[in-house]
Amino acid sequence: MSARIAYIASNTFREAVRDRVLYNLIAFALLMSGAAILVGQVSFGIERLVVVNLGLSAVSLFGIVIAIFIGIGLVSKEIEKRTLYTVLSRPVQRWEFIVGKFFGLAGTLAVNTFLMAIGVFAALLYVSRQFHGTDGWIAVALYFSILQFLMMTALALFFSSFASPLMAAVFAFALFVIGNFSEDLRGFAAMTHGLQRWLATGAAYLLPNFSALNIITSVAHEQPVSSSLIFYNTIYALVYTAMVMAAGVLIFQRRNLK
Amino acid sequence: MPAIEILGLEKTYSVGFWRKRPKRALLPLHLKVEKGEVFGFLGPNGAGKSTTLKLLMGLVFPTSGSAKILDMDLDDPRMKARIGFLPEQPYFYDYLTGQELLNYYAQLSGVPGKERSHRVATMLERVGLKDAANVQLRKFSKGMLQRVGIAQAILHNPEVVFLDEPMSGLDPMGRREVRELMEQLKHEGKTVFFSTHILSDAEALCDRVAVINKGELRGVGAISELTSTVQGKIEIVWRGTAIPAALKNMNAEFFVSGDSVRAILPEQQQEAALETLQRERLHLISLTPLSTSLEEYYLQKVQQASANATQTAAGGRA
Amino acid sequence: MTRTKLVTISAGFILVACMCASILLLNRVDQLRPQATLEEVLYLPSPKVLRRMSLGYDGLLADIYWTRAVQYFGGHHAVGAMHFQLLAPLLNIATQLDPHLVVAYDFGANFLSPPPPNGAGQPQEAVRLTNFGIENNPNEWLLYYNLGFIYYMELKNYAGAADAFSRGSQIPGAHPFMRILAAQMAEHAGEIETARMLWTATYQNSKDKNIRANAAAHLRALRVDDDVAHLETLVDEFRERTGRIPSSFAELQIPGLNGGTPVDPLGNPYKLTPYGHIEVQHPDDFPFIVNGAPPGYIPPKVPKFLPSD
Ligand SMILES: Nc1ncnc2c1ncn2[C@@H]1O[C@H](COP(=O)(O)OP(=O)(O)OP(=O)(O)O)[C@@H](O)[C@H]1O
Ligand SMILES: [Mg+2]
Repeated sequence: MSARIAYIASNTFREAVRDRVLYNLIAFALLMSGAAILVGQVSFGIERLVVVNLGLSAVSLFGIVIAIFIGIGLVSKEIEKRTLYTVLSRPVQRWEFIVGKFFGLAGTLAVNTFLMAIGVFAALLYVSRQFHGTDGWIAVALYFSILQFLMMTALALFFSSFASPLMAAVFAFALFVIGNFSEDLRGFAAMTHGLQRWLATGAAYLLPNFSALNIITSVAHEQPVSSSLIFYNTIYALVYTAMVMAAGVLIFQRRNLK
Repeated sequence: MPAIEILGLEKTYSVGFWRKRPKRALLPLHLKVEKGEVFGFLGPNGAGKSTTLKLLMGLVFPTSGSAKILDMDLDDPRMKARIGFLPEQPYFYDYLTGQELLNYYAQLSGVPGKERSHRVATMLERVGLKDAANVQLRKFSKGMLQRVGIAQAILHNPEVVFLDEPMSGLDPMGRREVRELMEQLKHEGKTVFFSTHILSDAEALCDRVAVINKGELRGVGAISELTSTVQGKIEIVWRGTAIPAALKNMNAEFFVSGDSVRAILPEQQQEAALETLQRERLHLISLTPLSTSLEEYYLQKVQQASANATQTAAGGRA
Repeated sequence: MTRTKLVTISAGFILVACMCASILLLNRVDQLRPQATLEEVLYLPSPKVLRRMSLGYDGLLADIYWTRAVQYFGGHHAVGAMHFQLLAPLLNIATQLDPHLVVAYDFGANFLSPPPPNGAGQPQEAVRLTNFGIENNPNEWLLYYNLGFIYYMELKNYAGAADAFSRGSQIPGAHPFMRILAAQMAEHAGEIETARMLWTATYQNSKDKNIRANAAAHLRALRVDDDVAHLETLVDEFRERTGRIPSSFAELQIPGLNGGTPVDPLGNPYKLTPYGHIEVQHPDDFPFIVNGAPPGYIPPKVPKFLPSD
């Protein structure tokens, strides 16, 4: 069982690489080096701030875009092109296929983020000549970004298991935006009353909570991150991902292929 | 234990965007295919052949009914490891090379690592794609894709092979190669279940065929039986208009046309008839055993009214 | 198809279990960083940069910061907090993103200036915010009114208050009492009457639920203060006349009540103590009262607002 998931995952990774997904790194490298050189020249005393803010935001944005746009095609493209026929007529169960696809894209994103992280630290070294102790928090912020990518990948896969690719992209992107304001939404829900309150609170809690995973601003200001936050965020992201994957499996399990 | 046992599989699609209309692609189908048989599944376009195969592969789910392959449920991975499937107009991951694709499928089918590369290489050779082993599939022609498709279906040495129109898109050479390949499978004792429109292929390869039209099974029978419904008759044609007296006693029919005579007579009298013709120094033009062709059977079954077909459908060879 | 069923059941179980777990974890994460999102406001770059970063959605972003301000204040106020240091930055960002967000200025004027726990105790911030609002919305008379209110109530700057009321009274559509208030400021007369007028105006003209509830509570407190002072005068007169303390309100012969018992703004009878003091029955219902609470009464940390307001 695990072997088949690994084979599917590595084939998904290979597909992403051959489809030139990693070319986004070129754009990222250009952005980072351009920014580093520019702020290095102007030197306002906020070089570090700019490089960290820009770098981490770009890592997050690139990753989310990849997670959504590759994620929505992972299943629907295989159904559309009927490549799935020769896979599912083998001893591959449908849930194994979905899970394998997930790990393939997650791996792609992890590698991509790792390479981008090197870029961020290189730019940081260029502008501030040396690393400080607080720069370790940047790695935590990058780690949180990867957790976000896992959740987004699962959501994109989930939507693509029943909606058209375009609709799946719209849904996934909408959830990404809303998820960044999920704390506000939970606050709103708490202000309503009665049945409405139950419904609103339920909905607010089901939305992905990206607020706590987005610590770019505080890291840029060299604020520490508590280890219990790292712990609970990790568990939360994994549990949420598992939840969405389970929902995706439930739908895909009973779907008639074209 | 039959290789394939279909117990009333039925599929109704709902079509249309706003107002869903039911579309009955397959009426309840009962069919048994024994181990070691080559079974042809014949029917015109839109008859429901591919639908049946997709149901058996668990790609779409039946509206009702069930089926067993190798006595296991359709969703049993152990069964899936022992079957192979070629979809119609197959399409594969086009970013892979032929070799990579087969290797991936071998992995998924659980072919042990040591055997894999050897198995892939021999399979590419067997379907005539040795030269294309390292070419990405996006550069393959239609026929090459069909060959890869056949390769992936038999790659893991399955016991039952399902082929949906295996000859389509192939050149005459390729067609013959596939025919030979299927004969080899038969020799190896594999069960082959394939759909086709090409009756000569079916006639040459199959032990039994089923004819299906509009989702309905119209008839099942062994090729040997179907093609000898006029059993034991032969047709002899000779030049001239004379009919020897010896032949007239032979319980035969004669048709004289122009300068030749056509006689239809029981097979047992073939020797005697030929001797007579020789004795009379008549010039023999042809001698053919008479049989209804599969084509006639097929056309008759396809065109027959659908109502009486449901009875024969339940039959099969029990 | 038992295998399919098994997968369905397992996936269903994972779905439900993870859903429950994620809710619990979310609560935990929220506790870990109770106002981390709000604190972001402290690191925000200048509003100009922020507006550019919002890619044209600055109105939406303003609304988000405005609701954050309300939630922040509401949440802290409800537990009796004494510090509201994020209220001013949140309102500043909200109004700088959308300078026409009048409700935010109104909220700021009412809850930035009063001392804790009823507000942030930053009247200067309130004045600054309100002035920024007037700059951008010179035709909103409510903003001038708020400015006058802060000057009068918190800063005791009567000249400033008079100026604000009179400027506001010249705006077309301004409430007529603006002119009266301006005059009263100049005379510096009738403190309680002025306060009553101010709170009434706030109650009638604000659209914010919290502000109205606050104003209503103040108005009731003013009436209780008034009633208690008046009743205690009657008791004093009675004692001078008879040399003893009245045993009941009936003995006082309060005009207009026909020997009945006077009631507080919520309809509950006042209490007459054996020492001749007047008390309300439920002092918790009347935050902000000066008279009428039992001796040694400690008001709850969180002032009680009545849902009916
Ligand atoms: N996904 C689907 N939705 C709706 N109707 C379908 C679907 N798939 C097949 N059908 C209908 O079911 C019927 C049988 O189709 P099927 O593909 O099984 O035919 P076939 O025998 O394989 O024909 P061909 O020889 O052309 O391949 C057709 O009328 C077809 O229109
Ligand atoms: Mg077909």
